[in-house]
Amino acid sequence: MSIAQAFLEALESISGNKLRSGLTVLGIVIGVAAVIAMLAVGNGAEASITGSISSIGTNLLFVFRGSPESQQEAPDRSSAQNDRPLTLADASALADPFAAPSVAIVAPAIQGNGMITFAGENASTTITGVTPEYFAVRNLELSEGEFINQEHLLGRMSVVVLGPEAADAIMGRHDGIVGESIRIEGQPFRIIGVLEAKGGGAFGSEDNSAYLPFTTAQARLLKRNARDEVDVIFVQATSGETVPQASEEIANILRQRHRTPIGSDDFTVFTQQDFLQTFGAITGVLTIFLGGIAGISLLVGGIGIMNIMLVSVTERTREIGLRKALGARRRDILIQFLTESSLLSLIGGIIGIILGWLISYAVGQIAAANGTDFIPLVTTDAVALATIFSAAVGLFFGIYPANRAASLEPVEALRYE
Amino acid sequence: MDWVIQTHDLRKVYQMGEVEVEALRGVSFNIQRGEVVAIMGPSGSGKSTLMNTLGCLDRPSAGEYVLDGETVANLNDDQLADVRNRKVGFVFQSFNLLSRQTAITNVELPLRYSSNSKYAGNAKGRRARAIEALKAVGLENRMTHRPAELSGGQQQRVAIARAIVNDPAIIMADEPTGNLDSKVGKEIMKLLLDLNKESGTTLIIITHDPTIAEQTQRVIRLRDGLLESGS
Repeated sequence: MSIAQAFLEALESISGNKLRSGLTVLGIVIGVAAVIAMLAVGNGAEASITGSISSIGTNLLFVFRGSPESQQEAPDRSSAQNDRPLTLADASALADPFAAPSVAIVAPAIQGNGMITFAGENASTTITGVTPEYFAVRNLELSEGEFINQEHLLGRMSVVVLGPEAADAIMGRHDGIVGESIRIEGQPFRIIGVLEAKGGGAFGSEDNSAYLPFTTAQARLLKRNARDEVDVIFVQATSGETVPQASEEIANILRQRHRTPIGSDDFTVFTQQDFLQTFGAITGVLTIFLGGIAGISLLVGGIGIMNIMLVSVTERTREIGLRKALGARRRDILIQFLTESSLLSLIGGIIGIILGWLISYAVGQIAAANGTDFIPLVTTDAVALATIFSAAVGLFFGIYPANRAASLEPVEALRYE
Repeated sequence: MDWVIQTHDLRKVYQMGEVEVEALRGVSFNIQRGEVVAIMGPSGSGKSTLMNTLGCLDRPSAGEYVLDGETVANLNDDQLADVRNRKVGFVFQSFNLLSRQTAITNVELPLRYSSNSKYAGNAKGRRARAIEALKAVGLENRMTHRPAELSGGQQQRVAIARAIVNDPAIIMADEPTGNLDSKVGKEIMKLLLDLNKESGTTLIIITHDPTIAEQTQRVIRLRDGLLESGS
């Protein structure tokens, strides 16, 4: 008997018992749907996060206080008391084109949280004290007004550049507000610029931020131990390729300036690659976890198929006997039942893929309705994998029942009531 | 003589737990090509065992069996399946049709398992042959009906069409009228005998109904695993 015939007969047999076939494949359907949906959501999240990391700029580096080890063990900066803080002088040393030829722009910053107020409306936002270079380093665009310039910095002027979300929160709009006066932690500031919306980033939304001149922030809002202490130095390398050199140059300069012994740096240089690596490790764990769920659900589904195939073999003992009497060989019966079990499982897999796709589509819609910019991705890889795996599960769990059917003695089977 | 069946000292022993049961205790007889033979005997006489052996569903424990020129006593399972497919057509008391399939698909079934190049991989050839067989039993108007939509007599006709579809050397009919009322039973017997006359296919009927045995040319009687008469 040819495979095509076996396929047709299997299809007839499955459709002849629709309710039972449907219930049998439910395990596979749910398993595959869950895997497809979770992979789609995972891929979507990965694409969204990778996108937001990339939007930071591929040639961006971050310099934090504290050694890489202390960053991991105790991320809060206060525990790193023995480490020398980063200073404005450090930042200007990094900007030296001879000592650090791979460094293009250096932007020191201090950050904290604060209340902004306008006409009785309050909102909590991130307050960042910056230098004019900051906007270039972070690729920020204005929708109106101007950035903080050298003059504002030197004059410690009470001016602020607002992110659109922060503006919306207290003023209900983010256009035509330049020149208005708002209060930050009770102190009056004049709005000189509003940023273009950039979307949620991996490190808090830049849209919900207020940018002040570094000197103003340092003197009046975000007091630090030393007058020239900074929280983070943003560095832009001359290009994406020179990031590793830039990282090395920064480390050398800071080691000299902080006089630290080799191997016990009191600062950390973080590149975008580091973020991607960290993120890759997280998604790796997630993938293993999802794979585990997939494996368990397919196992359970497969056992369900084996169970119903055993029932089917018993029920159809007479039919098997008849087929053997009419000349079916062992192999013919084997192929018939294996085709049936793998087809059953494959159908479950296909329904599961469709269901999983619908679920991920729904998740995407819900996310969109809640304003999160995130599109689940059903990849062809995932679909191919689910298809092959579900068919393989049916095949594997069909072996035992099919073998049982094929080994029946025709005389016994024909006599079976 | 043109023998289609030659047996010599057929023996069959079943192991029933601790006890050995001898179902056939040395049976020898021959059947000519084209002959119509009834096999009779009370239950427990070894009738079914003999039918299974002659139909190549089972192997004898000892003895010789030559079917249509082929020694079949020592073939393996797959070889036996092939012999059944080519040389034996079965008609059962309870018809044994596949309930989900149409009449024509049921009749085609033996051809699907055929190693004959005329039918293997040739769906059109199989269909054409199945239609011929259904015409021969007078069911050309019922070809796409399923068994549930057919009367008992019609179902048995489908089964007969299935038995003759592969041009077998012998037709083994096991109580072919057992599940039918006497009128329909007579029609079925007539059909079997007519087919025998037309095609010359050997017909072996296992029965305990004397009126059926009367219509055959020879009656082989079994008792306690031995031939009583008819060799």
